[in-house]
Amino acid sequence: MGRYIARRLLYLMMVVLIITLATFLIFYVMPPGDPAVAFAGKTPTPEVIEQVKIQFGLDKPIHVQYLTFVRNIFLGDEYGWPGLGFSFDTRSPVKEELFTRAAVTMQLGFGAAVLWLLVGISVGIVSALRRRTMVDRAAMGFALFGVSAPVFAVGLFALFVFWQQLDWSPGTGYVPIREDPGEWLAHMILPWAVLALQYAAFYARMVRGNLLETLGEDYIRTARAKGLSERKVIGKHGLRSSLTPVVTIFGLDFSLLLGGAVLTESVFNIPGLGQLVISAVNRSDIPVVLAVTVVAALFVTFMSLVVDVIYGFLDPRVRLS
Amino acid sequence: MSQAIEDFGLPVQGPISGQDTEQVEGRTPRQLFWLRFRQDKVAFVGLAVILLLTLTAIFAPVIADKVAHRGPNDQTLAREMTDEFGLPKGPNETYIFGADKAGRDLFVRVIYGARTSLLVAIVATGISVVIGVTLGMIAGFIGGKIDTIISRLIDVILSLPLLLFAIGIAAACSTSKEGCLGGRIKPGLGLVVFIIAAFSWPYIARIVRGNTLSIREKEFIEASRSLGARNSRIMFREVLPNLVAPIIIYATLIIPNNIIFEAALSFLGLGVPQKTPSWGRMLSDASRLLEVAPWMMIFPALFLVLTTLAFNLLGDGLRDALDPRAGR
Repeated sequence: MGRYIARRLLYLMMVVLIITLATFLIFYVMPPGDPAVAFAGKTPTPEVIEQVKIQFGLDKPIHVQYLTFVRNIFLGDEYGWPGLGFSFDTRSPVKEELFTRAAVTMQLGFGAAVLWLLVGISVGIVSALRRRTMVDRAAMGFALFGVSAPVFAVGLFALFVFWQQLDWSPGTGYVPIREDPGEWLAHMILPWAVLALQYAAFYARMVRGNLLETLGEDYIRTARAKGLSERKVIGKHGLRSSLTPVVTIFGLDFSLLLGGAVLTESVFNIPGLGQLVISAVNRSDIPVVLAVTVVAALFVTFMSLVVDVIYGFLDPRVRLS
Repeated sequence: MSQAIEDFGLPVQGPISGQDTEQVEGRTPRQLFWLRFRQDKVAFVGLAVILLLTLTAIFAPVIADKVAHRGPNDQTLAREMTDEFGLPKGPNETYIFGADKAGRDLFVRVIYGARTSLLVAIVATGISVVIGVTLGMIAGFIGGKIDTIISRLIDVILSLPLLLFAIGIAAACSTSKEGCLGGRIKPGLGLVVFIIAAFSWPYIARIVRGNTLSIREKEFIEASRSLGARNSRIMFREVLPNLVAPIIIYATLIIPNNIIFEAALSFLGLGVPQKTPSWGRMLSDASRLLEVAPWMMIFPALFLVLTTLAFNLLGDGLRDALDPRAGR
């Protein structure tokens, strides 16, 4: 296990290198002209541009700039750790805003994840066990619709039906849970459901496929042959191996989601990370876009390490290979 | 039935049971594929919808001219199609899908939107197939360190929050009119295609690598090598033809993703330029007028979902026909 974790850590370091290089290229090297002007926001004054140059070390050679960029992220800058820079639009450190917004995105993500795991896995199991029946066909037809329908189209349609027509939903916006838990819940249900739909559909298809494959394995026949009840055959032998891959995929999906459910937040006007990025883009507030992108990518990498380690415990074949 | 036999590693040849087995006909994999695909009515519906949409997209100017008598940015009837508050009017005889907030014909814009959507998605998919096949084949065929590097790169890109990175690139490249990478990529359609292609080639590369790994070990490759063929010849003349089927299938399956990708970027205001009709941008416009002008949301959403659904149906059908054991 120790060697396995060491190997994963090495891989993690490589990924971090690639991520920081990619973001550095995107934000420092790709834009034309002086990056200081781009970083300084929509209408930069000479003083702001000067401040940007100092903060990002833009007068130094390119490899020094990259090292400054990486050092700031991991060791912090003058605004503390992690060093995510300064928004020249709101004139405040990016860090605080980012953490406030991340908390909102997390509420959206957790609720949706619970929903899609419950629905996706149970629909997948039922579909696999009733293969080729009407139930299976209906479920898979719906799942296909779910993976095909873009979240913003579904979101707008849901708002139109449940808010405009039926008046069941209080509409868009966000109410902090501390202010009014009831209103918070009422505002979150629709975004949760809309965000969960495509994942639930995808998980249902995946679980169904995995379970069908597992049920065709020899050890299932052995389990049946030795006279185990069907419930035990499926519950103990079938589900175990068909649900382990779900752990990996869920870990990745969930951490990606926390990087900003950009579209859902945009449709439902929820002030999470995704919305922060979009408003920053519209105000040409590049330091904010840069900070969210890097933090989200690093978070995903860290989470994937956690998932891999858990997976290594669950499935001995992985850590031995 | 054929499944059980395949599971035991026996070759599938001709009708297996329930029929007169006197004359067993050998069938090529291509014939088997076609036989299975022909029976998949759902996939055919998908194919029909795609053809219809493609024709609509190609002939959008003709349809707009003959049916609606106006172009996508025509505002000559803007006065009649908006009310005294400047709000658009709904579907009627002249504007069958209603008008948008600028008083333009939504029907014309939706069929022109099919143009943008399919063009961007297909060009981006084409580029990602070229990159994906090249890198995937190199990784799978040559192996070793090169394989490790390419495979890790694929893993990393597939685990990035790609929409955030796409937004980042779109933002970084749109800070000035010059575009980015030394002016090689200008804001607009080209930038959108570049972003989508940059993030969708790893899907193709991963599939191609896997398939190349198994083809590499086949006898005919060994035969070719023993005849003195060089690596490049084996890759392009022996391996590549055997990759055509999976490439077509997975290209079909990433087209809907790329259509959604374009629509998403346009929905966020980072996609195609302002005047280009795009379903994503139409939905974004509609989101502010959901209450007064629901038709602005319903028609673009309908076309978008129909298109992605059709490609997914076709792609699923193709995959099942190629590999019936894939779980369905």
